[in-house]
Amino acid sequence: MNEMLLDIKNLRLSFFTPAGEVKALNDVSVKLEKGDVLGIVGESGSGKSVTAYSIMGLTAHPGRIVGGTIEFNGHRIHELSEKEMRKIRGNEVSIIFQDPMTSLNPVYTIGNQITEVILLHTDKNKRQAKERAVELLQLVGINEPEKRLRQYPHQLSGGMRQRVMIAIALACEPKLLIADEPTTALDVTIQAQILELMVELKKKIGMSIIMITHDLGIVANMCEKIAVMYGGKIVEYGSVNEIFYNPRHEYTKGLLGSIPKLYEKERTKLVAIEGTPVDMLNPPAGCPFAPRCASCMKICLREMPDYIKVEESHYSACWLPAKEKAMQGGAVV
Amino acid sequence: MLKNASKLSFQPDVSDFLPAGNEEKQSLVVMRESVGFWKDGVRRFKKNKVAMFSLFVIILIMLFAFIAPAFYPYSYEQQIRGSEALDPFEYSTEELALKESGESVFPHILGTDNHGRDIMVRLMMGSRISLLVGIVASILVFLIGSLYGSISGFLGGKVDIAMMQIVDIIYTVPDILVIILLMVSLKYPLQSLAENIEGFEWINTVGIGLISIFIVFSLLYWVGMSRIVRSQILTLKEQEFVTAAKALGASRKRIIGKHLLTNCMGTLIVTTTLQIPSAIFTETFLSFIGIGVAAPMPSLGSMASTAIGGISSYPHRLLAPALMISVIILSFNLLGDGLRDAFDPKLKN
Amino acid sequence: MAKYIIKRIGISVLTIWIVSTLTFFLMYMVPGGPFMSEKTPSAATLEALNEKYGLDQPKLTQYKNYVEKYLHGDMGPSMKQRGRDVKDIISTGFKVSARVGGMSIFVAVMLGIPLGSIAALNRGKWIDSIIMLISTTGIAVPSFVVCTVLMLIFSVKLDLLPTYGLTSWKHYVMPVMALSFYPTAYISRLMRAGMLEVLGQDYIRTAKSKGLAMNRVLFKHALRNAVLPVVTYLGPLLAYTLTGSFVVEKIFTVPGLGNEFISSIINRDYTMIMGTTIFLAILIVTMNFLVDIIYKIVDPRITLK
Repeated sequence: MNEMLLDIKNLRLSFFTPAGEVKALNDVSVKLEKGDVLGIVGESGSGKSVTAYSIMGLTAHPGRIVGGTIEFNGHRIHELSEKEMRKIRGNEVSIIFQDPMTSLNPVYTIGNQITEVILLHTDKNKRQAKERAVELLQLVGINEPEKRLRQYPHQLSGGMRQRVMIAIALACEPKLLIADEPTTALDVTIQAQILELMVELKKKIGMSIIMITHDLGIVANMCEKIAVMYGGKIVEYGSVNEIFYNPRHEYTKGLLGSIPKLYEKERTKLVAIEGTPVDMLNPPAGCPFAPRCASCMKICLREMPDYIKVEESHYSACWLPAKEKAMQGGAVV
Repeated sequence: MLKNASKLSFQPDVSDFLPAGNEEKQSLVVMRESVGFWKDGVRRFKKNKVAMFSLFVIILIMLFAFIAPAFYPYSYEQQIRGSEALDPFEYSTEELALKESGESVFPHILGTDNHGRDIMVRLMMGSRISLLVGIVASILVFLIGSLYGSISGFLGGKVDIAMMQIVDIIYTVPDILVIILLMVSLKYPLQSLAENIEGFEWINTVGIGLISIFIVFSLLYWVGMSRIVRSQILTLKEQEFVTAAKALGASRKRIIGKHLLTNCMGTLIVTTTLQIPSAIFTETFLSFIGIGVAAPMPSLGSMASTAIGGISSYPHRLLAPALMISVIILSFNLLGDGLRDAFDPKLKN
Repeated sequence: MAKYIIKRIGISVLTIWIVSTLTFFLMYMVPGGPFMSEKTPSAATLEALNEKYGLDQPKLTQYKNYVEKYLHGDMGPSMKQRGRDVKDIISTGFKVSARVGGMSIFVAVMLGIPLGSIAALNRGKWIDSIIMLISTTGIAVPSFVVCTVLMLIFSVKLDLLPTYGLTSWKHYVMPVMALSFYPTAYISRLMRAGMLEVLGQDYIRTAKSKGLAMNRVLFKHALRNAVLPVVTYLGPLLAYTLTGSFVVEKIFTVPGLGNEFISSIINRDYTMIMGTTIFLAILIVTMNFLVDIIYKIVDPRITLK
């Protein structure tokens, strides 16, 4: 097993809005080993992005960590001051966002926006930073880099802008790259290119990636480990094979079941998951997925399930295994 | 990652593992009630204290301007001999004599001007003029602008381009200059119309100054409204539900009427409301520089203008209309802002 | 870009032509001529005056003469101020108004932008509410109300500043304050709204994610974008300052163009009215045009398309 780069334990995060406390993250725990690609999957509002932003200390106002710990590369993130966080952002951990069209400042050139982060975290002077920027553009597969440096964001296509975002993110050779739905806003063909690029770069530079997405296809191709989130909680965690071939949580099963598969017979119905997402202002006391679960039991509505170890590194937060054990008359562990 | 193992380690309660019924599940699903557009907006508006307060103030002012003069013992053009230039609540020698002989004389709450006219009632009438101008002008702007804008937007194509080109030109013309010119020169043709041609005598009753202002507004100020209406129509034309309605067989008229207008209404109401204070401002400005409504009809602007000369001796003559104008304009602005917060769906959070 | 410029020049010229023609014909709708407001001169004098100013000729001929003269830069003599040419009156008056107006615009921009930014950054807190309250009042209260309140406080009660004329720096204080009140309020609102919108944009999040300190994010990334709506306002700002000057100059007896214009209207000094209207129209239309061009240069999204 590799060294642990990121270790989040029991993270609880809430947004204190005028309407009340929105409990966005409800006891989230996840680990990331060096060199791994971790996929965080879930619907909108499940807390995927919130988790990622909290690693970088980018939680938007009025959000706040109310419990738990985040350890990254030896730093105790949840305890760091804003000043200390700034040294890490863009430097040891970077992020690329979903919409490349709006993520770049329209009134400054590409070159300006890339060299900005280089000048901030390294000792390079302007000339050296510009050279590095050219290098980076070549690295991400943009041709005529010198010309591009002088251009403005609106002169580039969506795919190119996302490549620029990756270049900015990689400028200081971070240990961890967080990709928040990086291809959702792009065409399918460009999508494939960007993902390929990311895998290539990961091998070249040796960084770890957290891939946040709702697209199981992407996750299947890229990730070593998967964390499935629902209602502010990680409901299942395991390796790619374990999750895809042996899903234990009802939600995971539902997700996998709702994908149309190429090999299925034509007339098979698409199975949607019934019900509506959780109201985070008043999250239920028990399992967040309970109201939509076909196998929901009375205890599921009342108490939050513990993590049941399915295999060595495969966990699921569900009461069903407990039921089986109970039926067998034994104690539950 | 295993916690709370102690909870289950001894006697597992088998009933816990019974399947949960649907009602139990549903009780946890809270759906927020969906309210209609208008009800929702009114509800939001009522919550806005500032907007509600301005609405209240406006109602008060309307009572003051339209109802109060009926009960006030003095009239606005009435010049009382011997009562010139009285201070607030001061009585002239004649009035004091009357009081002594047992008659009750209503005090001049804000005093009188140099011609012996009660200032309070002139303030009321001036406010009435301002409010009238504001409301009528806004309605005119709304009607002309909406008509022009919706025709242009709905027809589209070359007609639209041509119509908007005209709007562009009118927009570029500096309005204040044209207004001033028109105000100065419209007096005479209107007057001769009133005197010489049958059926136009009402011009004199309403007042030439007022009519000029209305004409001026109708000629120039509708362009802003037409642009807004046109862009609303254009956006809505594209939207899905028009296609849906067409698919259901709705006729073109029905499409415009029901679907497009209901959605535009919010923005239109807000824009029209905000047009009122700007119209009042213009009227006050014109009267101030001397080309608004004509004497003896009082206007808050002209009252302020005449009072400047006596600012050190009679500051109240200036402060009263000045404050009145500010309150009227401010209240309408706040009302418009409140309406926008309540009814403009784009801002819904 | 070039096509746009040509089109705009075309519309501007058309507008100026419309305004000047309108001015001409409206002036002549007024019966009685310019000499009626004084004690009626004798018939012979009237005839001589009419001839001198060309008022006895048919309207269209007068119009032609007028257009010709103007294209040569000759605005004719003032009908009421004997011996002075309209052009002279306008240029002396304009120098004064430009000074006062220029100062107010400067004050408005220098105050409005920081006030609006501070309000946006402290959204919801008390300083935001105070700034918003002041700016809402500022845009609602008409300029002459501001003038009179200022006069009351500083001249009548405190006796600190003079009420008329323009000879010392003290004379500038109240007119500039009065004239800049509305624009400052308006600009601070624009700035606040712009800043709030910008702060919610994705590229601000990107900037933060790079590890930039908050003031870098604000001054470099946010401000440049948030200030764009203020740039578009510069055109209307100028128009407002011009018309606001009518009132302010009248109240504080400032010998500027606004004051002259108002007087010429009341006195029906035709040549003066026409000259001033056309001058002001050209000024406003040109400024609007320039501001549009500047905006297109400042926002790279538009120029380079």
